[in-house]
Amino acid sequence: MITETQIVQFDSIALDCGSTLAPVDVAYETYGELNARKNNAILVLHAFTGDAHAAGTDKITGATGWWDSMIGPGKGFDTDKYFVICSNILGGCRGTSGPGSINPETGCPYAMSFPPVTIPDMVRLQKMLVDHLGIERLLAVAGGSMGAMQALQWAVAYPDAVAASIPIAGTARHSPQQIAFNEVGRQAIMADLDWNEGDYYGKRPPARGLAVARMVGHITYMSDASMREKFGRRLRDQDQFEVESYLRYRGSQFVDRFDANSYLYITKAMDYFDLTAGRPSLSAAFDGVKSRFLVISFSSDWLYPSYQSLDVVRALRGRNCDVAYCDLPSTYGHDAFLVHVSEQTELVRGFLASTFRERS
Amino acid sequence: VSEAFVPKLLGRSDYAIISAIIEPKARVLDLGCGEGELLAWLAENKRVDARGVEIEGSKVRQAISRGVSVFHSDIEDALADLPDQAFDYVILSQTLQESRAPLKVLREMLRVGRQRHRRVPQLRPLERAPGASVHRPRAQNQAVSARLVRFAQHPLLHRRRFRKPGPVAALDHREAHLPARRAADHAAAESFAEVAVFLVRSS
Repeated sequence: MITETQIVQFDSIALDCGSTLAPVDVAYETYGELNARKNNAILVLHAFTGDAHAAGTDKITGATGWWDSMIGPGKGFDTDKYFVICSNILGGCRGTSGPGSINPETGCPYAMSFPPVTIPDMVRLQKMLVDHLGIERLLAVAGGSMGAMQALQWAVAYPDAVAASIPIAGTARHSPQQIAFNEVGRQAIMADLDWNEGDYYGKRPPARGLAVARMVGHITYMSDASMREKFGRRLRDQDQFEVESYLRYRGSQFVDRFDANSYLYITKAMDYFDLTAGRPSLSAAFDGVKSRFLVISFSSDWLYPSYQSLDVVRALRGRNCDVAYCDLPSTYGHDAFLVHVSEQTELVRGFLASTFRERS
Repeated sequence: VSEAFVPKLLGRSDYAIISAIIEPKARVLDLGCGEGELLAWLAENKRVDARGVEIEGSKVRQAISRGVSVFHSDIEDALADLPDQAFDYVILSQTLQESRAPLKVLREMLRVGRQRHRRVPQLRPLERAPGASVHRPRAQNQAVSARLVRFAQHPLLHRRRFRKPGPVAALDHREAHLPARRAADHAAAESFAEVAVFLVRSS
């Protein structure tokens, strides 16, 4: 499956902070065919550092999509049956407008003058894309980690536009621990002199700070068990452990594909996301949702622990919503949602098929 | 065995009886639904809104892959989440013996079961069910059976304690299977239904 990222530009988007971003670009890819009734569309929502290239082989770079194991002919999100869409999030750096985009008023990158964005803003822009594609109601929205937050936000914000929501390894709001790890990443970036208050475009980017932020991130994505299994105490060379080498490699790779300011904006959006904000309870947030839910968590995920998924499930069940929940056994920590393909394929395939049957 | 007078569905006689009782398009909650085969059948053939609860992860996966919305949890916790009168039928078949707090489960089932004016099958305290075997527990199941006898004597199970005709409270299939095997006619199969299935259908 050869794929190509497309860009659509909208005149403007109104943001939660009160300001308007104009114009706004959205990078997206699609896989499979939209059927005549337009009822087989699934929006896949990427995690923090993901992008629109979810599946297949990129026409130009040859890169494989980040969820290629789950999306394609005969896979969990079966592109022989469904029309799958994935777009880069607002505030990102992979084609959709973000701090690295050019501000038309100044002709320079926005940098830190880019307005603060929220998870609901990101979802609002996704809704504009879905409308643009002529789809009134999605069969499903699905995503892991930050993608799970968006999947929940979709069901809450657009109850008539989503038949099913699949939040995987996610939460309705960050815990202090999750905020804390994000803050360490942000401080690492801002402590790098090359960050220069965000004004580094066309100059040397804060690569060391961003790499450190990514290293911290990778620790939180693994588990004690998976790190012991993967690295042990093996030495790479005389003065470097295997795990150190791995983290440095991951960090250095990351700076080539990710913008430090996007890191700041997106982690803030995640930290501020709270479905209970302004409401008496999480259950109240789900007042009016109409979609089914498939919630998946992983036993060894300590960054987005199972209890967070369970909180969501309990709030939904309290409203007698149609919700399936499975806590999958795993030793891979938060990474599990990208690793346990066969189990998730089984769950997603059955859940989508029954949702599609009900709608047809 | 009992094939002659107890029909089977998906290889189980309790499923046949439950499926005969449940009305189309009902909201059904199956506690301890296993791999969801009964719920999937009911969803397909009776268009019910099917939900399940199952504690064993591999079974939960099987059930969800069948398209059944199953909650991975133990029964006590699962019931506590639910609003009152959320379901038309609450099924508990071959599961009560697994519960740590069976009476709590029964009360919660009554709470989440919808109150409706409908035909209510006769409640028979277990000791009065024809040929009930609980007074002669099988050796390997003595503890469970003794517990079931206590339930049978509990006021919760006695219809006369309810102002209106009470909820059907029937005990566990494994215990109830013996009388059905011995039963000789369809009426016995019907009484087996009452004993085999915990169905909440109140009036």
